[in-house]
Amino acid sequence: MSDTAQAIEVRDLHKRFGPLEVLKGVSLTAKQGDVIAIIGGSGSGKSTLLRCINMLELPSAGSVTVHGETIEMKTDGHGGLIPSNRRQVQRIRTRLGMVFQSFNLWQHMTVLQNVIEVPVHVLKQPRDEAIAVAETLLKRVGLYEKRDAYPAFMSGGQQQRAAIARALAIQPLVMLFDEPTSALDPELVGEVLSVIGDLAREKRTMILVTHEMKFARQVASHVVFLHGGVIEEQGPPQAIFEDPKSERLKKFISSIH
Amino acid sequence: MDLSLLALSPPGWGGVLLAGLFSSLQLAVGGYLLGLIIGIGGASGKLYGGPIVRDLLEIYTTLVRAIPELVLILLLYYAGTDLVNQLTALLGLPSVDISGLAAGIFVIGVVQGAYSTEVLRGAIKAIPAGQIEAARAYGMSPFMTLRRITLPAMLPYAVPGLSNLWLIATKDTALLAVVGFSELTLVTRQAAGTTKHYLTFFLAAGVLYLAVTLVSNIAIGAIERRARRGMVREA
Repeated sequence: MSDTAQAIEVRDLHKRFGPLEVLKGVSLTAKQGDVIAIIGGSGSGKSTLLRCINMLELPSAGSVTVHGETIEMKTDGHGGLIPSNRRQVQRIRTRLGMVFQSFNLWQHMTVLQNVIEVPVHVLKQPRDEAIAVAETLLKRVGLYEKRDAYPAFMSGGQQQRAAIARALAIQPLVMLFDEPTSALDPELVGEVLSVIGDLAREKRTMILVTHEMKFARQVASHVVFLHGGVIEEQGPPQAIFEDPKSERLKKFISSIH
Repeated sequence: MDLSLLALSPPGWGGVLLAGLFSSLQLAVGGYLLGLIIGIGGASGKLYGGPIVRDLLEIYTTLVRAIPELVLILLLYYAGTDLVNQLTALLGLPSVDISGLAAGIFVIGVVQGAYSTEVLRGAIKAIPAGQIEAARAYGMSPFMTLRRITLPAMLPYAVPGLSNLWLIATKDTALLAVVGFSELTLVTRQAAGTTKHYLTFFLAAGVLYLAVTLVSNIAIGAIERRARRGMVREA
């Protein structure tokens, strides 16, 4: 594993839910520093693709490689795959900072406790060091004053910024964003996007599933358009948004403007 | 009513009643905690276990909840001690004298465990799925997820049911009187029978049970506030 290894490499990923095939062979590579935006209509499989990267969804076929290490899978006997080494999956997950659509902060913990939970209990970092890092991150996302608040007492935008701080606290190799602004009231979207935008500008590797086309265009280094479980078109944002080749992408882009 | 009968030292029976109360509380605490442990295991097994584990647990919770507690207590107490002695005889060991307290805790624990299993299973299912998903996504093992996330997150949903079970446990101890265990109800009956002051002693016992409940309610209130710390108060 060298520094030049691909951060994420997804190869020929399939995902079936019963008779429904949501992903029909998707390959995707994220190099260090890439900001990949995955766009597409609802049901296109974009969230499923993201969730297969950290095995929250188990792919039916295909492989996922994180920083040069391929996740070991075996067949489950029902035409699907399961990880053959649970510890490997757990270890790899600690390198991937996931941000969910509905925040998923732990409700029984304060913001600060949420941010230090994984560093202290999973990564076994000293508590005072984890707190120092967490406080810096909370300052950065503008929530230092809220560090002792419980998530349920905060706005959606604040919760999502806290969730981003939680993801950053594990010093992730890659950040995974699953429609991070879709559950937010319109007036709260901006504060979250500005935090994500800052992360993109400092060349953090991230994969972002989003409906915010303007934002994707501003921050992404590479845009992937998913349709019907396959990559219909991909390229730099300028090409995707200004010069779409496929009919479906043209239609998709015109439908959202 | 002759209150001197309740004096702490003989000829008063107060000391005897308090000793009985202490035995009752030992039974209740022991049985309740054993029930909780069985409940955590049972709920986890019912939710995440394989088909055989789930079927066995279903049989356990159905049987225990279907059979009257008095019958279960007689059954488990006599059959349980008998079984242990047969087992030791089989192994060529001398028969053991099982303490009434240990047997009583076992009996109440088994009964409570069935109800705890259902209370905890319901509470765990009430946790928003995203909480547990986040734990998985950040590399927590199943056991750590249970300890750090699932159990504390289900607590606000479980406290009302678990409080009920605790209050029931304190009163189920009285059923152990039928097997001759000197808990509060049995010693009260002895005191009343000896002195023929039935009203005095059964009222006194009632007051003691009431006191246990009142003190418990204060503790439950504190636990519930703590468990609900992260929840917005609903109108």
